[in-house]
Amino acid sequence: MQPEAALPAVGATPRPPATLTQSPREPRPTSLSGKFRWALHWESALVVALVLTVALGAATSAEFLTVSNIFSNVCLLYGELAIMALPTTLIILSGEIDLSIASTLALSSSLVGYLSSNHWPMPLVIIVALAAGIACGLLNGLLVTRLNLPSLAVTIGTMTLYEGISEIILGPAIITSFPAAYTAIGVKAFPATGGLLSYSAVLFIVLAVVFGVVLHATPFGRSVVAIGWNKQAAQFAGIRVKRVKTALYMLSGLMGALAGILYTFRLSTAEADNGTTLILPVIAVVLLGGVSIFGGKGTILGVVLAVLVYCSLQSALLLTNFNSNALEIVTGALLLLSVLIPNAGEIAARARRFAGGHGTSAPSAKGGRPPASAQ
Amino acid sequence: MSPAPSATGPVQGRGPQPVEGHGAGNPGQPSSTLTWSSRRLLDAILRVREVGIVAVLVVFVAVATSVQPRFIDPQNIKFVFSNAIIYALLALGETVVVLSRNVDLSVGSVLGLSAYLSSDLFSQVHHIPIVAVFLAGLAIGLACGAVNGAVVAVARVPSLVVTLATLYIYRAIDVLIVGGGMVVASTLPGAFLSIPTSSLGPIPYLAIAVAGTVAVGAYVLASFRPGRELYAIGSNPDAARLAGIPMGKRIFWSFVVSGGIAGLAGVLWAATYGTIDSTAGLNYELTVVAAVVVGGVNIFGGSGTVVGAALGALLLATINQALYVLGISSFWDPAIDGALIVLAISLDHWITLRLTRALRKGAVQHAT
Repeated sequence: MQPEAALPAVGATPRPPATLTQSPREPRPTSLSGKFRWALHWESALVVALVLTVALGAATSAEFLTVSNIFSNVCLLYGELAIMALPTTLIILSGEIDLSIASTLALSSSLVGYLSSNHWPMPLVIIVALAAGIACGLLNGLLVTRLNLPSLAVTIGTMTLYEGISEIILGPAIITSFPAAYTAIGVKAFPATGGLLSYSAVLFIVLAVVFGVVLHATPFGRSVVAIGWNKQAAQFAGIRVKRVKTALYMLSGLMGALAGILYTFRLSTAEADNGTTLILPVIAVVLLGGVSIFGGKGTILGVVLAVLVYCSLQSALLLTNFNSNALEIVTGALLLLSVLIPNAGEIAARARRFAGGHGTSAPSAKGGRPPASAQ
Repeated sequence: MSPAPSATGPVQGRGPQPVEGHGAGNPGQPSSTLTWSSRRLLDAILRVREVGIVAVLVVFVAVATSVQPRFIDPQNIKFVFSNAIIYALLALGETVVVLSRNVDLSVGSVLGLSAYLSSDLFSQVHHIPIVAVFLAGLAIGLACGAVNGAVVAVARVPSLVVTLATLYIYRAIDVLIVGGGMVVASTLPGAFLSIPTSSLGPIPYLAIAVAGTVAVGAYVLASFRPGRELYAIGSNPDAARLAGIPMGKRIFWSFVVSGGIAGLAGVLWAATYGTIDSTAGLNYELTVVAAVVVGGVNIFGGSGTVVGAALGALLLATINQALYVLGISSFWDPAIDGALIVLAISLDHWITLRLTRALRKGAVQHAT
């Protein structure tokens, strides 16, 4: 995370002109090597965190580094979360946010359950679920780009809406009978991986490579970053901002639906609120991966590493007698540390000033301001 | 850093129609059926956002009552109020934060922590006065809010990230403290449990107290320097900084207020539901943000009132109850809530565009 001269803002505020945000302490990287230096910095910290976590896990439990633990407590548990983190990365990079992706998962799961219980052929069911996901994303994209509404507010609304549609489709029903050939995708290991990787994990690896290449080496990916840096400049440079953002939301919907299909097959259960609690962990992992909430900054590699740190830490804690309901403390602590550590020095200096009673603004000419009643 | 998107063509006329029913024809286009003065009247009414929410509220109550007369039974009204109270209170605190272009996602977790710890005091300390329990809840909330505020103001980390993190941390602390246990109603004194149920006719005393709190909040935000400065910060952070507003302090205290209110709401939650485990207030945060947004508070700060936010909470509670009374399956609730939120922000955006246009037109007329 970078220090912003502007105040901490909610989600997807448009980035102000560079002259305003530019902090004198951290000059904006001007060359590619400058950008890479920053990236290496954050990602190497994640690598160190990952090594420490794995070492810690191996030290506390002999089970930690076994194939069965990695398969059932890492790959299976976190596959869908990892897949949803990828499109979320792109959306946050473009300066927007999508809080509805986990509800798209639920909607897709409900559709799979409902249609397959009505004896639709499974390939058709999967196509319908994926199409529904794209439609959800399209609606988000149109609301955000064509009506110019703030994405944070829109996707809070559609998050509730999609989960609501999911409840309308399935009601209180829980569908648990699915063809064995498909539930095997959810619970069996991918062939030729020695029982280590689930289908969802393999899919995540493939998708991560694709997303990485698209983001870092194609005009589309670079335009996403450009939009996140400065929307106006991107517009003037000829990037079709609205179209790119709509495409990102559709991609997000598609990935949410894919995660929903995997989720349904893994648990052999379709329920109206499947996976809806995953939304905040998904956002947390992306931010932990060094993606700036203001957009424009971040890498797929960082997010992949953050996913690994998150999974291994949670799985290590699962093997101890830690209260499994309190596991999310890991998410919270990691998130907070990830934004505090990089700027620790500055924060300490500012904390001294803050405690000293001068406020965080620069000493102003109006020195004799009366103390406000809130103090 | 312009919060509201600049005026664009496509929205015109495509936005939702005004719910007040004043607009004959399409209000986005010059219409022969509306004279200039009546359009101004419409604009003046739209400018007071609360009127719109009250109008929607009235429409819902009227429709629900005409279909099912027992909707306005005192018992039913009481039920709506008791559902809305906690959300309205949380929406009040959330608004204070949102006005300065921040967000507090940790309110549900703070509520949970406060609900358990404060109600547990009844079995820990014999004959503890109820006021002391409320103060304990308030103190827990203030402490949680102070942590949020300190990190946001001092570390200048986006509040979305900070409160997302503390949402997990406070909830995990709650889970670790509660373990598998829970506080049950039999350990709570009767006087405590009767707080939410005692009422003046169909209106619970608590609703009156919350309305009073909201009124005080509205007055402070509208008429006192710190309140005005929160609006200034939300409207334009850079200008606010240049104007010498102590942004860090204002933002810090806005989180403290939000936390304190969530702490109080936790005690009320405990009194209302009687059974408190570690899931109290789970997933409340997004509903509270939704109530604030429906209440006409701009999610990017700078505009909106606590009265609107509280009405937004009341509206959501009324609609859910109306759907129930009308016999619509409760499975439709979230979908309708979601559609309503999307509609509310679209409407809000349309009103903003319209007002901007009206102001510009007025300025031109004045000049000529």
